[in-house]
Amino acid sequence: MTATPAKDTTPAKDTAPTTAALALGDDALVLSHRLGEWAGHAPVLEEEVALANIALDLLGQARVLLSMAGDEDELAYLREERAFRNLQLVEQPNGDFAHTIVRQLYFSTYQYLLHTELAAGDGPFAPLAAKAVKEVAYHRDHAEQWTLRLGDGTDESHTRMQRAVDALWRYTGEMFQPVEGLDADWTGLETAWLERIGEILRRATLTVPEGPRTGAWAAGAGRQGLHTEPFGRMLAEMQHLHRSHPGATW
Amino acid sequence: MVTTTPLEAELLELAGSVPDPELPVLTLRELGVVRAVHARGADAVEVELTPTYTGCPAVEAMSLDIERVLREHGVREVTVRRVLAPAWSTDDITDEGRRKLREFGIAPPRVRSASGPVRVELGPTRTHSAPREEDLGPVRCPHCGSAETELLSRFSSTACKALRRCLACREPFDHFKEL
Repeated sequence: MTATPAKDTTPAKDTAPTTAALALGDDALVLSHRLGEWAGHAPVLEEEVALANIALDLLGQARVLLSMAGDEDELAYLREERAFRNLQLVEQPNGDFAHTIVRQLYFSTYQYLLHTELAAGDGPFAPLAAKAVKEVAYHRDHAEQWTLRLGDGTDESHTRMQRAVDALWRYTGEMFQPVEGLDADWTGLETAWLERIGEILRRATLTVPEGPRTGAWAAGAGRQGLHTEPFGRMLAEMQHLHRSHPGATW
Repeated sequence: MVTTTPLEAELLELAGSVPDPELPVLTLRELGVVRAVHARGADAVEVELTPTYTGCPAVEAMSLDIERVLREHGVREVTVRRVLAPAWSTDDITDEGRRKLREFGIAPPRVRSASGPVRVELGPTRTHSAPREEDLGPVRCPHCGSAETELLSRFSSTACKALRRCLACREPFDHFKEL
């Protein structure tokens, strides 16, 4: 790679809309990649197709958002781990199907509420948010229906769901840290999120965790570029083709 | 409001006549994705195209097809611009488009009065037995017309479709989801 000087993909001027575009765009990109990892591994064919379709929606959103911050491919494939601004929640490994569904439930509920609010405003993200919220409504519905089905299912599915609900809980506080450039009522979003998640979990006969929603360690710092250990390996896989063959096209 | 010239109207008609790459029974006009054609000088035009879904991979094929058709018509420079607002809705599909979808074996989207998520039914779980109500009336089987159909998967061959099965004729079919 000595022939190609490393491109500085950090935006020259770290304006607020750029910070926000990276935060939202990285959320969508990283979760899209995680969901794509299910291809060839999903429990049934219909779910394989469903997860791939959700991944595709998120990838479309990511492309629009990252293009607002710079060159989409450079941002996706040439940034180092510390330059990514996504939530730690979305980078968590797929785990079992319950784990993936709970991650979907937590994130799509957040995304739905946030995009609804952004769509109602007149900021730079309003057009994309208005479009995305309609897609995310289906993602949330998909996650809620599976949460009810599995939580209120067999003893085994219930146990696995509860395990996932508890394990991912510590990553949910970060979603409501204000993002520079996004005009949102973060406290209101958090209240609405807790209400909706609480209602779905209770209907699914699951227990709402009581533990903290950020960890005593670094959990909750994805927006600042601090990520959990599995993220580096995910990025390595996601970026290696582009980095090994600079400029390659189909 | 910018007035449309006869040439722009003609080119809009042409761009709209391009078949959808994934559902070739429909034209882009029937799908409601070609928003406008603006003449930019003597032989250059800009076409406004809106995606059905943000990540719809067919948008690139649509753009290329529009460019080709307009170039064949003598337009030297064609720019296809992607517009997101106002967001596309399945209500933008024309009546003719809905009829063609049905004939093609795809249940057309139901017309929505308000935006918001569409509720779909859930079968019985351990502690709940009643399925949830649908807000928009039944999805009818495109083959036999029966209103007795069930959801198999919320996502089907493409993001815009759900997979259902008719309980009367037992045929599975795609349903163009309301968006």
